Amino acid sequence: MQKPRTGLEIDGFTLGEMLHVGGFASIWAVTHALYRTPMVMKVPTIQDSDDGPTIVGFEVEQMIMPRLTGPHVPRIIAQGDFDRMAYIVQELIPGGSLQQRFDKGPWPLPDVVEVSARIAEAVHALHLQHVVHLDLKPANILQRPTGEVVLIDFGLARHDDLPDLLEEEFAIPMGSYPYIAPEQILRQRDDLRSDIFSLGALMYEMVTGQPPFGMPQKLRQVRRRLWRDPVPPRAFRPEVPEGLQEVILRALEVDPERRYQSVAQLRFDLQHPAQVTLTGRGRKAAPDGWGTVFVRWRKMRRVTALGRADLVVAQLGKASILLVAVDLTPEGEALAAPLLIWVHRMLTLEPDTRIACTNVIRTTRLGIENMRDALGDNLHVARLVGLKAWASALDLPEAQLTFTVLEGPEPAQAIIDHAAQIGADHILMGARGHSTVRRYLGSVSSKVVAEAAASVTVIRLPGGMAAGQAVG
Amino acid sequence: MLLAILTDIHGNREALAAVLADQAARGCEGIVILGDIVGYGPDPEWCCDRVMELASTGAVVVKGNHDDAMAIGSGGMTDNARKALDWTRPRLSAEQSAFLAGLPLWVERGGVLYVHASAEAPDEWVYVTNEATAAGCFQANRARITFCGHVHVPPLYSADLRGQVAASRVKFGLPFPLIRSRRWLAVVGSVGQPRDRTPAASYATYDPAQGDLTFRRVAYDCGTVATKVRAAGLPEALALRLLSGD
Repeated sequence: MQKPRTGLEIDGFTLGEMLHVGGFASIWAVTHALYRTPMVMKVPTIQDSDDGPTIVGFEVEQMIMPRLTGPHVPRIIAQGDFDRMAYIVQELIPGGSLQQRFDKGPWPLPDVVEVSARIAEAVHALHLQHVVHLDLKPANILQRPTGEVVLIDFGLARHDDLPDLLEEEFAIPMGSYPYIAPEQILRQRDDLRSDIFSLGALMYEMVTGQPPFGMPQKLRQVRRRLWRDPVPPRAFRPEVPEGLQEVILRALEVDPERRYQSVAQLRFDLQHPAQVTLTGRGRKAAPDGWGTVFVRWRKMRRVTALGRADLVVAQLGKASILLVAVDLTPEGEALAAPLLIWVHRMLTLEPDTRIACTNVIRTTRLGIENMRDALGDNLHVARLVGLKAWASALDLPEAQLTFTVLEGPEPAQAIIDHAAQIGADHILMGARGHSTVRRYLGSVSSKVVAEAAASVTVIRLPGGMAAGQAVG
Repeated sequence: MLLAILTDIHGNREALAAVLADQAARGCEGIVILGDIVGYGPDPEWCCDRVMELASTGAVVVKGNHDDAMAIGSGGMTDNARKALDWTRPRLSAEQSAFLAGLPLWVERGGVLYVHASAEAPDEWVYVTNEATAAGCFQANRARITFCGHVHVPPLYSADLRGQVAASRVKFGLPFPLIRSRRWLAVVGSVGQPRDRTPAASYATYDPAQGDLTFRRVAYDCGTVATKVRAAGLPEALALRLLSGD
């Protein structure tokens, strides 16, 4: 097996300077006559052929990385075999990892929210590809110059459809101790909510400047997080909004069932800070007293498993975001009831779905400033009240509901954009009956169906359907 | 070049036709047949002709134990297998028999070994059914990837750098990366007589450039074949087996 060095040529790649060396691998700048993109080569540091963890971790990366697509992962250019020199060549993401930023201490709060939402976006994109990262930490998070977060190092990752070589091989928990989820400590490697815990730990560190459970070195110290709760962020920084603390501590719940059930839902809360439902978590001012911790310790010290995880794809299905576009005009009144029935039906199938109730105020193209006056504000509030009245029949806990009134000259475009922004999986909306006017001007629902990135269900009144058929 | 890997056709015309259509629709450019073209099924002549045609246009074909039994007799076979082989033998033309008799026991192409049963002793028709038998197959050859059939149930085995053998669960329809740090042994499921409790025909596609192996299933009209088995007077168990896939 060859060792990497500056000037080495392999499969047409020429190694430049070494950019980074870590415990398990080194990163080299490389060039190739046929490729113009700046690239790096990752080469595992293998001591000998018995170096199990490094080899298997690298095998896992070689399996998973070429299957990933999108802006949140580096593009893979080439791979090399172990018989000469194992390597992965990938695009260079300039700017270094978030580690440097974490090393500087607490972040300004607006940055915490923005970067956390971006990390959440990247992690959710990964989950949508049936992969759990399982090693989220500052050093594994990069940012493109355009702002998108890029996740790297998939040596501990788990893919739904691929064998878990690591589980087959090792019996020790793997991960980065400051950020590892409790169920990972119990050697469960199949829960996307483990990434939610790590994200919570990262957010906690952004806010407070220190990881929630310190920097444990030994496994015995790592286990403490099964019963010992972290000091609430507001105890360090009173200006942290209760809503943000709520999000962080919910992500850090020991029991995966009590965390967010998808990263998209966490991101959704970051985007709607005013509508985060506060519980004791958000208002907590100090860690739990020794009595509570003792009771938890008695319960948790012998626990062997936490939560029961499904395949990533099944977990995502249970925790989706449903955007319901409610028409509050007199014309849409008849559709309000059937729309409610359909939301009920979907909740029966997926009780953990977040419902984003949305209404669009149509603005004239040129007169947008009109909406900024008192009349506009009144209309905005009236619609919000209307939305809440409509949703009250759902009888859902408030945490599961959000209300948004959008404004725009084209209602369909407003719905499409909003769905993309909140990461909606499904859009539910009514369609008014067919009319000549609508045939010429185009209907809102047909544009949404045609252009939205989400699945779309359109509800019609049975009578409207018949009339439509008669006309069309 | 995407390869279609077929094995254990066993005189099942409908299954072979369905699999050939499926691989063509998926853009396969090469075909490998791991033997047992005849035996059990009611259309050995058609299947032989079709495979001869494929061989003449570049398909790799190796010999299976049922193909071998055409020339050397059915000793050591189960009752039903022997009955079907004795029924098959007189139906084949001299040309067809000569084709089967002339097939190689194994073929190696570009670091990939194609063989009907375990490579341990290709003419002894050892079944690869667990990690121990897979280890025997790995030790007997040096190819990085081995494809075999014979078992009619598709598992996948790998040997890591230390030679440790592990079985992996097979998921149909999903590409499985045969990562280059390991050696691989893929037991391809049967086209004409699946035994993994699903009657649909089984085969695999392999993309050497990506290193991805995909086990595939193709539904076909097994009812018609079962009817033909009965009409030919072949054992009833062979008809039932096609319908239940076990």
